[in-house]
Amino acid sequence: MMAGWVRTLITTLLCLTLSGALAASIWAIAGNPTPVDLPRLLSENMDRSGVAHPVTAVLLNFRSYDTLLEIGVLVIAGIAGISMAKTASLEDPELRTSDTLLYALQRWFVPLMLVLAGYLLWAGAERPGGAFQAGAVVAATGVLMRLGGIPMDFLRPGLLLRLGLGLGFSVFLVVAVASAIGGEAFLAYPPGLTKALIVVIESVLTLSIAMVLLALFVSAPVNDAEDPEEGGPA
Amino acid sequence: MTASLLYALAGAVLFGMGLYGLLRLPHLLRKLLAFNIMGSGVFLVMVGLPQHRGGADPIPQALVLTGIVVAIAATALAVVLMRRYYHLSGMTTLEEPSPEQRPGGRR
Repeated sequence: MMAGWVRTLITTLLCLTLSGALAASIWAIAGNPTPVDLPRLLSENMDRSGVAHPVTAVLLNFRSYDTLLEIGVLVIAGIAGISMAKTASLEDPELRTSDTLLYALQRWFVPLMLVLAGYLLWAGAERPGGAFQAGAVVAATGVLMRLGGIPMDFLRPGLLLRLGLGLGFSVFLVVAVASAIGGEAFLAYPPGLTKALIVVIESVLTLSIAMVLLALFVSAPVNDAEDPEEGGPA
Repeated sequence: MTASLLYALAGAVLFGMGLYGLLRLPHLLRKLLAFNIMGSGVFLVMVGLPQHRGGADPIPQALVLTGIVVAIAATALAVVLMRRYYHLSGMTTLEEPSPEQRPGGRR
């Protein structure tokens, strides 16, 4: 088909041009010196951050605004996903696998993965790790448990799910507003409490991130699910 | 030319490949994967370019970490929306079905 051929050519040219422009600007930026030495600025202020790992310090102290907005985006995505859910009962037997190997592995993996998540959360203070990695591991554990058919009633749209989804964002926001009311800047932790506050926020963030990812996983509608009328009883 | 700069340039290539896939592939799941490849290219640029000078820079790394988590959540939401769309329309593309494929027909 002629039109399709021309479109492919134009798209290819467009992508090549954009890619080339991006590469050229990367080359240009790489050749010039930076006006501000951010890594040095960061390492000079590390002792004020309350944690020893620079990435965690950036995420939860110096740029905690980004993290606050991020968990907000995640909660919105989770709520949107749940509102798309087709199955009234999230324990659809069709979704279960009856793989004996999975059952056997699960008994070993689930406790191990939960311990690993706890370790990752705690390790975030001084080495790579933190709320996001721990949350991803907890969510993966949940996916594994769900595939193995372990009942997880708290995932049914209800109070517990909403509480879990909202907890991370609310605690973070409460800390931010409390420090603003207390006379500091928005999201500036009071001195002395920094480490404790970061650990609390990281823990609730872990829970919320895991809940959001798991809720999105289970809320994918099933192909052959009953299809009630729009707005009808689910 | 260092290894880190090579990563950043590879990110630019990935961006172009992803963009092509996003524009040209009809299947929604392929579009989503292509979009993720685009995003990975951006992450690669953001990590590789600062690393080119004076070792790892924690600030872009933290931003990329935030970006990865948001990208995962957005991808999962897109899959949920896609399955809902497929469930309602029986189609896996956004294009108008040709006459022999009526809406509701599973392909």
